[in-house]
Amino acid sequence: MEKIPILRMGDFLLVTIQIDMHDQLALKLQDDLSNAIQQHASKGVLIDISTLEMVDSFIGRMVADISGMGRILGAQTILVGMQPAVAITLVELGLSLPGVATALNVERGMEILRRKIAADGTDERPG
Amino acid sequence: MAEATLSTVLKKSGKDIKASWARDLAAAQVSAKGRISAAELEQQASEFLNLLTKVAEFARANDIGASDFRQIREFLEGVSRSRAAQGFTSDETATFIFSFKKPLFASLKAEIGKDAEELVEQTWKATELLDSLGLHTIKAYQKTREELINRQQREMLELSTPVVKLWEGILALPMIGTLDSARTQVVMENLLQKVVETGAQIAILDITGVPTVDTLVAQHLLKTVTALRLMGAEAIISGVRPQIAQTIVHLGVDLQGVTTKANLADALALALRRTGQTLKA
Amino acid sequence: MNAPVNGESPLKSEHDIVLARQLVRKLTQELGFSLVDQTKMVTAASELARNAFTYGRGGSMHWEKTNGGDRRGLKLVFVDEGPGIPNLELAMTDGWTSGHGLGMGLTGAKRLVNEFAIDTKVGVGTRVTIVRWK
Repeated sequence: MEKIPILRMGDFLLVTIQIDMHDQLALKLQDDLSNAIQQHASKGVLIDISTLEMVDSFIGRMVADISGMGRILGAQTILVGMQPAVAITLVELGLSLPGVATALNVERGMEILRRKIAADGTDERPG
Repeated sequence: MAEATLSTVLKKSGKDIKASWARDLAAAQVSAKGRISAAELEQQASEFLNLLTKVAEFARANDIGASDFRQIREFLEGVSRSRAAQGFTSDETATFIFSFKKPLFASLKAEIGKDAEELVEQTWKATELLDSLGLHTIKAYQKTREELINRQQREMLELSTPVVKLWEGILALPMIGTLDSARTQVVMENLLQKVVETGAQIAILDITGVPTVDTLVAQHLLKTVTALRLMGAEAIISGVRPQIAQTIVHLGVDLQGVTTKANLADALALALRRTGQTLKA
Repeated sequence: MNAPVNGESPLKSEHDIVLARQLVRKLTQELGFSLVDQTKMVTAASELARNAFTYGRGGSMHWEKTNGGDRRGLKLVFVDEGPGIPNLELAMTDGWTSGHGLGMGLTGAKRLVNEFAIDTKVGVGTRVTIVRWK
């Protein structure tokens, strides 16, 4: 079966979605990611969709779920590289993905994650 | 005499027809003020004659949509496009085809002049064919013009709202005048594209020059802010005058989560702070 | 090669939804839609194709390159013989969902196109027609 590869980069996981996913593949990615976060005790997840030409409500939900699930498992998720046409369409569709952090590209996403983790490190209180 | 069809006449007297046609075209060319070179015209005339000779064999004039006509159709569309670009009018463009009739009819007459009935029939057939081709040319010409107008309209919209880079990582969009749906759409697409190109982190939407904000405009602004956020950039709306602030509240538009500033200077100061940059006097 | 002016594509599996999206992308490109308009139509098609597959127990998508006056457009009809939608008004409310997803399928798709019509009968099926102009 097809599979979206999950790259491990130190404390982070990087997923680059390049193909037009069918729904089962998206659900499988969600499972794979939660397993990977737990297995590697990852602190952050970057989902790169810069080559994705379309995000519909199903993929939107997948991203929102990954983000929420990651938070529970202790990993911050950042959605990176959404194309303008995709962003305009998502807004029109009525999805603003309120709880999902975003960044322009992987580099910027990585910066945000590092800063976030550094801040968490100095502040041990939960919350 | 034996049945002389358009095809045989074209094959037999093609050269004469072309010479005579080229003379007429060149004469008409005087009024064209040199917008097209003699060589180009000559080349187009040759090609048209070639293609016409090819299709004349099975020419069913009213059926120029058929696949046999594909080549000549495409050729004429090409001629229309270049004519439109060269600034020819639609009738000048169509004249290219219609002026072919005179030399063609002369040749038909020379070939089958004695048989009046046959001459009428062949002339009619040829007329039908050339008229269809002429109309196709005009249609293509009009389409080109429409595309041109659409493009210019779009360009004008883009020009009316330039996206400017204020600082490293900071873009500004000074909006001036009335914002309608079409314009806001173009503005939004433009801004988002620029954000991708420049990798800007913050975009300032300055509405100082916008006289009124109604529900629709407010919603468009909100959508732009949301789209920017989805892409990973941040938006600040500046130039919100008290009156507009009141309207927005009255309209019940929820601007929660949207950063607003009274003027562009304040917005820039905030943007600099957020991107970790400082100005030294 | 260009696609014909009209045709039909099945929605019998999840993979068909992907194929439907790709077909709509190709059709809108052929019609000269802008990138944003292409994306809107593809997304609307994806929502409706999934509806027909998931709730309508499979169906089909009919397409037609259409002319309306001086503009060209794409018309898509999603047909299924599923259970139908008992309360259409409710289904057309933002955030309402009978299954998975964010409940944006029907209303979201409607916002992405120029024309939207829905015809549904309980026990017979559902038919959604959308048009987007260039």
